Amino acid sequence: MLQTEGLACVRNGRQLFEGLNIQLQAGELLRIEGGNGTGKTTLLRILCGLYSEYEGEVHWELDHYPAYVGHRSGVHEALTPVENLRWHGALHGEDISDAEISEALSALGLGRHETGMPCGHLSEGQRKRVGLARLLLRPNSAWILDEPFSAIDVEGVDDLIGMIGAQLDRGGVAILTSHQEIALTAPVKSIRLRGTE
Amino acid sequence: MWSSLKREIRIGVRQSSDLVNSLFFFLMVLSLFPLGVGPGADTLRLIAPGVIWVAALLSTLVAMESLFRNDFDNGAIEQMAMSERPLALVVLGKILGQWCLSGFMLVLLSPVVGVTYSLNGAEILATAVALALGTPTLALVGAIAAALTVGSRGAGVVLAILALPLYIPVLIIGTSMIAAAEAGLPVTGYALWLAALLMLALAFAPIATAAALRVSLSH
Repeated sequence: MLQTEGLACVRNGRQLFEGLNIQLQAGELLRIEGGNGTGKTTLLRILCGLYSEYEGEVHWELDHYPAYVGHRSGVHEALTPVENLRWHGALHGEDISDAEISEALSALGLGRHETGMPCGHLSEGQRKRVGLARLLLRPNSAWILDEPFSAIDVEGVDDLIGMIGAQLDRGGVAILTSHQEIALTAPVKSIRLRGTE
Repeated sequence: MWSSLKREIRIGVRQSSDLVNSLFFFLMVLSLFPLGVGPGADTLRLIAPGVIWVAALLSTLVAMESLFRNDFDNGAIEQMAMSERPLALVVLGKILGQWCLSGFMLVLLSPVVGVTYSLNGAEILATAVALALGTPTLALVGAIAAALTVGSRGAGVVLAILALPLYIPVLIIGTSMIAAAEAGLPVTGYALWLAALLMLALAFAPIATAAALRVSLSH
C-alpha cells in the first residue's frame, strides 16, 4: 500500500535520514521510533505530502488522502467539537450528520457536556481527542498519527489502541510515532531514526 | 468553499475582538483627520477620497494579518492542504468570509464617513460602490501576502511591505472615482475598472494564496 524508495531529507544543514525504504502492506502498522529531533515528524509530513524538500520517492496506493493527526490538532478554539468536525467533513465534500459526529465523539470519551462548548474551554487532552475523532468519520485507509498518545489518559490510550486495531483489521494501515510500547495483535513494523552526524 | 465561508463568519462573530479592532482602526483614522486639518467643509471634501481609501487599505491589512494565523497555529491549514477539494477554493471561501466581516462592514460604514466629510448623497453612493468593488480585491491580494508570511516572525511589517505596493492600482482608481463624483463627473468607468481588477484578483489570487500556503507549510 505504501512504498518509499531511497527517502532522504536534509534539514537545517543536517542529514535527518537517507536511503529509507519502507514497504507497508494492508493491515500493517508502522511505528517510527527515534529520539527528539531525529526527524520523525518530518518523515510523517513527507508521507502526507505536506513537506516537499526531500529526495527519493513515495508511492501510495489509496482511494483517499491519508488522514493525518499531528501535534497540532486542527481544531479551532472558537468552534465547538461538533462544528469543527462538521467543517472537516465538508472540507472533503462530505456531509456528516450530527448523530455520526456525536457517536464518534462518545467513542473517544467526550460526552454531551463537552461537545456543546467551544474547544478553547476544553483541556489539551480533550482537544486531542476531538482531532482523533476525525479518524472515525471518514473512510481513510491510511492513518498517519504523530504522537497520538501524548496528553491522553490511560483509558483514552486503550480506546485509541482499540481504534487502531479495528483499522488494521479492516485492511487499513497506520503509521505512528510514539515513545511508548503498543500492545497490538496485528503485525507491527518499526523503523528507528538515529540521526546521522 | 461555502462551509469554509460559514466557518470563517462563525469564528469571526465568536472572536469579535479582531473584527472590532479593524473597524475601530478604520473609524479612528478617519475621525483623526478632521481633528488634525480642521473642520472646514472644503478642506475635508478635498482630502476625503484619499483619506477614506488609505484608511480602508490599512484596515484591510490589519484584518488580513490574522487571516491564516490561528488556523496555521492550530493545524487547520494542514488539514485544508490535505483536503480532497482544491485548496484554492477552500481558501477563497475563507477570504470571502473574512471580507464579509471587514471590507463589507466598511461599505456599511460609508454613510457615516460621508457625513463626517460633508459628502452629499450621490457622493456617498459612489464611495460605497467604490469600497464594495475595491475592498474584496484588497482582501484577495492581501491574502497572498498573508499566506507567504504566516510562518515567520514579525509578519505584520513584511505583510505591509509586500501587499501595499500591490494595492496602488485600487487606491488610484478608487480615489479617482470618489473625486469624480465630487466634481459631478460620471463614475461608471471607474466602477468598471474596479470590477475588472476584482475579477482578475478573484481568478488568480486564490491559486497564488494556495501555493503560498503550501510553501509556508513546507518550512
